[in-house]
Amino acid sequence: MTSRTAPALEMTGIAKRFGAFTALDGVDLVLARGEIVALLGENGAGKTTLMNVLFGHYSADEGEVRVFGEPLASGRPRAAIRAGVGMVHQHFTLAPNLTVIENVVAGTAKLSGLSLSLPAARARLRELGTRFGLAVDPDARVGDLSVGEAQRVEILKSLFRDARILVLDEPTAVLTPAEGETLFATLRLMAKEGLSVIFISHKLGEVLTGADRVVVLRGGRMVGMRASAETSREELAELMVGRRVERPERHERPVGAPVLVARDLTLRRGGRTLLDGANFTLNAGEILGLIGVSGNGQKPLADILFGLEAPSAGTVEILGQTPARPSPRDMVRRGLGRVPEDRHAEGAIGDLTLWENAVLERLREPRFSGRFLVRRGAARAFAAHLVQRFDIRGAAPDKRIRLLSGGNMQKLILGRNLDGDPPVLVCAQPTRGLDEGAIAGVHARLLEARERGAGILLISEDLDEVLRLADRAVAIHAGRLSATVPTAGLDARRLGLMMAGEDLGRAAA
Amino acid sequence: MQTTIDILGSVGLWAAVLRIATPLIFGVLGALLCERAGVLNLGIEGIMTFGAMAGWLAVYSGAGLWTGLLVAALSGAAFGLLHAGLTVPLGLSQHVAGLGITLFASSLSYYLFRLAVPVSGTPPTVEPFQPLDFGPLSDIPFLGSTLFAQTAPTYLAILLAIALAWILARTPLGLAIRLTGENPHAAEAQGLDPIRIRIGAVVAGSAVMALGGAFLTLAAFNSFFPTMVQGRGWVAIALVVFASWRPGRALLGALLFALFDAFQLRLQPLAGGVVPYQVFLMTPYLLSILALVLVARRARVPQALMQPYHRGER
Repeated sequence: MTSRTAPALEMTGIAKRFGAFTALDGVDLVLARGEIVALLGENGAGKTTLMNVLFGHYSADEGEVRVFGEPLASGRPRAAIRAGVGMVHQHFTLAPNLTVIENVVAGTAKLSGLSLSLPAARARLRELGTRFGLAVDPDARVGDLSVGEAQRVEILKSLFRDARILVLDEPTAVLTPAEGETLFATLRLMAKEGLSVIFISHKLGEVLTGADRVVVLRGGRMVGMRASAETSREELAELMVGRRVERPERHERPVGAPVLVARDLTLRRGGRTLLDGANFTLNAGEILGLIGVSGNGQKPLADILFGLEAPSAGTVEILGQTPARPSPRDMVRRGLGRVPEDRHAEGAIGDLTLWENAVLERLREPRFSGRFLVRRGAARAFAAHLVQRFDIRGAAPDKRIRLLSGGNMQKLILGRNLDGDPPVLVCAQPTRGLDEGAIAGVHARLLEARERGAGILLISEDLDEVLRLADRAVAIHAGRLSATVPTAGLDARRLGLMMAGEDLGRAAA
Repeated sequence: MQTTIDILGSVGLWAAVLRIATPLIFGVLGALLCERAGVLNLGIEGIMTFGAMAGWLAVYSGAGLWTGLLVAALSGAAFGLLHAGLTVPLGLSQHVAGLGITLFASSLSYYLFRLAVPVSGTPPTVEPFQPLDFGPLSDIPFLGSTLFAQTAPTYLAILLAIALAWILARTPLGLAIRLTGENPHAAEAQGLDPIRIRIGAVVAGSAVMALGGAFLTLAAFNSFFPTMVQGRGWVAIALVVFASWRPGRALLGALLFALFDAFQLRLQPLAGGVVPYQVFLMTPYLLSILALVLVARRARVPQALMQPYHRGER
């Protein structure tokens, strides 16, 4: 029987192994009714795995889950849903070609039923939307919704099925800071109505303001639990990483001549304007931070700068020259170092070895290829040199690069670019998905390059990263750039507004 | 020009359209059902051939015509189960598995046919489905001798198209199938079982395909020969795209293709040997490629089509 006083959720001694890898090692978690708990930890700490065990995507190898005092059958999402658990996945589980209401009601009725009873469902969805501030048109096609709206649909899906425990995996990863605040207001409202909420995060700020209690995971174990009112960023950071992380400092230095100038860059594709007249100037010896939520035109901009995509209008000037039809090879030859957004898809080729990846972009250089053959010895030596110089762990020149961790893979990508001291560097989301230690390493490398006079365009969605590293910042929203502002004296709130496109053009340069 | 109008006005043409369309309607509906759940079934050509053989053989051995259709459907379901087993839980390439099944089912049907019916001068025949008699309806001019002069399986095919349209659009099961074809992870997160839904859709879809084959041996003709499906399965696969994965349009597409086909058949003798008849044989296919180009560019493909789904993988 469901006990009236039992906590909403008790997970005891949860262990989960994938082959030889232990993802979770005896984790306990208790969630009270009407409580908001943040699950904090780095990538690979086991946060998502723990929640996937709760929701039945995985079966735990050991341990027990009780929901409102009742043991929960493991490995069955259906059982979890029936017990009142709803999960909002980081990568939305929505069908873009179906409507909102179809996404919501799927699976709620018996499959042998003859009708979907959409009118009743619509009314209920509207009622839930008003009650929790989650308004969305039930008959809109999900593919036409904004990311924020899609997330509302995800939450509504759970509420529609009477979820009493709501799990959200990295809910703010795709939201602007303002949307994030709205989300946390909604979660508060739910907690007030007696729902219990767990959200996964690695952002210290939102954990402190958004949750009642913070549970910290590291390496598959629970390493700490704090009431958010009684802890600090520093304490949580140390718990999360397991040691103090030294953050590299930026020192003032004079800037040099422009090295990369974008003039009215515009890209239209299939009737949509992905990039709309982007202008910026990047000088030698500075870091220009391009801040924005993913999907606002960063990728088209980076692809144009890399020479992968021809702009519909506008030009790129690199080191005083304007190539007529830039290709990736041409841009690299002219002195552009590039760190693509997606390490696995564009930065490195997983099944090739370290040395092959190290020389991918410079295969034409005489030192790496003869008339017909690749100079393997020289390439291997170069890879070994990178491994040593950039402290790439667990690496050997003949190892396949997919076996490296994300941080070490990024070190190689950054290293193969920085080794030739390129005067211009375009880094797209260089620390995405990395843990704190690796992030500090990447930051240190970027600051070193700036110190020796490189101009760096840092494309990022992390406010802290831009405020800490960049000399100047520019925001991108819906394909448009804001005015460029110095980061000195700029606060996160103002930058957040710029990201949401609310401060475009009004900023003093 | 005048001949074109004459042909288009002839009763024979329109009666033939429905007859030619029937196996295509079965084929396209079966393929559509599989694809709506996210599985491409290129086994269709072989499954239709096997259905043609199995249905015919059952009737030849003494079963009734309806039992023959049932046997064909069951044999199609069996091959569907094979295809689903390979592509859904095992996640193998849907192209390769489908083509393999086409080759396997085609050869097996000829083999079994030869085992049961030794070589003889004239192919053995069965008594096929006869046109239904609708009484006074059959006496209506034009409509009576076209729409109301077909065999029972033709009406079954049309009813099936309506039923499938209704199931997909209006019922919880249909929504579950569509969701699985769009995003199986979303289906799982809603507590549905994408593996079972996909297997079910492929089995049912393959049974429907086999009915298309059986129509050829039990209604359109009265004997079996191994090459009789003649690419109708491949046409059905193209028609699914033409139809944007919608049953109503699939019915329309099948009728349109059949119209081309019936038309060229009637044009052939009139060309009087000036144009080789192979050119006419080509025209329905050329026209369907043209129609594909015009229509299919706006088609909304099920987003998870051909993507294997593995549980617990995000």
